[in-house]
Amino acid sequence: MINDFEYFAPKTLKEALTLLDQYREECKIIAGGQSLLIMMRQGLIKPNYLIDIHGISELNYIKTDFKKGLRVGALTTHRAIEKSPAIKKSFSVLAEMENRLASIQTRNWGSIGGNLCHGDPAGDPAPLLIALNATLTIAGIHGERNMLVEDFFLDYFETVLEHGELLSEIQVPTIPPNTGVAYTKFNVIESDMATVGVAVSITLTSKGGHCEDLRIALANSAPKPMRAKKAEELLRGKKITDDLLKEAGEVASTEADPISDIHASTEYRQELLKVLVRRVGKEALSIAKKP
Amino acid sequence: MVKKELRLTVNGQPYELYVKPKTLLVEVLRNDLGLTGTKRSCESSSCGVCTVILNGMAVKSCSILALQVDGGEVVTVEGLAHGDALHPLQRAFLDYGAYQCGFCTAGMLTSAKAFLDENPNPTEGDMREAIDGNICRCTGYNSILRAMTAVVNGEYREEK
Repeated sequence: MINDFEYFAPKTLKEALTLLDQYREECKIIAGGQSLLIMMRQGLIKPNYLIDIHGISELNYIKTDFKKGLRVGALTTHRAIEKSPAIKKSFSVLAEMENRLASIQTRNWGSIGGNLCHGDPAGDPAPLLIALNATLTIAGIHGERNMLVEDFFLDYFETVLEHGELLSEIQVPTIPPNTGVAYTKFNVIESDMATVGVAVSITLTSKGGHCEDLRIALANSAPKPMRAKKAEELLRGKKITDDLLKEAGEVASTEADPISDIHASTEYRQELLKVLVRRVGKEALSIAKKP
Repeated sequence: MVKKELRLTVNGQPYELYVKPKTLLVEVLRNDLGLTGTKRSCESSSCGVCTVILNGMAVKSCSILALQVDGGEVVTVEGLAHGDALHPLQRAFLDYGAYQCGFCTAGMLTSAKAFLDENPNPTEGDMREAIDGNICRCTGYNSILRAMTAVVNGEYREEK
C-alpha cells in the first residue's frame, strides 16, 4: 500500500527548489512516477511529502544546436525524445534506444530525467548517454552544478543528488566526425528492461582508420551503469578487427560484476556481455566507417 | 490526510472531486466514477490492463497519481462507443474474436485507439509495437492484430 503523504505540484523550477529545500530528506520528487510509484507501492519508499515536478514546463524541452549539440530538459518524456525529428536526424541512436525503452504507455508519461534519477542500473538511457559523453546539470536553491553522466551514479538506486537538488538538464555533445555509436540490450519481452545492455561509441582517425577514441558502457552489469575501461584500452589506438572485438567482449565480461536474479544468472549475463560487446562494437565500427 | 481538489474530464464529462494525494488514476476511475471497464492487475506498470487515453496518449492508470492528471482529459474504454454505436475497433474485436477471457480487452482497445489516432496507416510491425505494453494471457494477439488491420483497411467505419 502506498503511504499517505502531503502533495505539492509546483509550476516553476524556483518553487520546486524552495519546496525541496524546505522538506529535504522528508520529501521525494515525483516526475512521471513510472518507477517511483512501484517502489512506493512496495513500501520501499515512504515520503512524508511528495513534490510533483511533472507540470514544470520550463524543464520540458529539446534543443539542438549544430555546434553545441543537444540539450534535453529533464522532464522531457521518453516518447518526445523518440519522436523528435531533430533527435532522429542528429542523434538517431538516442531515438532508437528510447523506442525500445519500456512500453508506449510508460514512454508517454515517464521522463528521461526521472529514469536517470531512479538510478536503476538496468536503465537504458544511462549507458548510451555515457557512450555519447553526455553531461548533466543539477539545480539547487543555491545554484547549479554540472557533471558527466558517468559520474552521476553511486550505487544501486543511488545517485549524487543531495537533498534539495534536482536534475534539470542533460546535454549531449555533437557526435564527432568518423564516429559510430550503437546501443542494444538483451531482453526476453520487448517492453522489458535490459537483462544486460551495451553502448559503444567509436571514433576513427580520419587517415588510417585507427581507433582514436572509444567508450564502452554497460547496463545491468554492475551496481551502477559502468564503463568497461579495460576493454576500451584494448582497442584504443588500434585498427579494430573482429578478433580484437571478441577479445574486448571477453575483457568487458570479466570487468563487469552482474548480479544473479530472476531474469538471469551472473554467468549468463557475462556470456551475454561477451557477445553484445562484440556485436555492438561491430555495429558502431561500421557506422564510424561510413563516409 | 487532507483531500485535494481534482478536476478532470472523463469521456467528455467534467468531474470535480476530492481525493487523497496517494489515490491512483485507476482508483478514481473505478471507485469514484464507477468506470470499471478499466481493469487493475499487476499494479507494477507491466501488464497494460489499466491503459486509458490521457490527453490523447495511452498511459497506465495504475502508475499515475490522480492529482497528476488535474485538468486533463481522460478517455476510458467506456468512452469509445457513441451511445449504442460501438467504435470500429470494438466491432472489429467482436467480429475477429479478438478476446477470450476479455480481461485485457479494455487495455488493448485503448492502446489500439490511441495508436491509430496518431498513426492511421501503420505497418504490422507498428501495430505489434503499439500493443507490446499490453499482455494477453490467453495469447490472442493474432486475432487482435487481425482486428486492428481490418480497421486500418477501412472495413469498419465510424457509426454516428
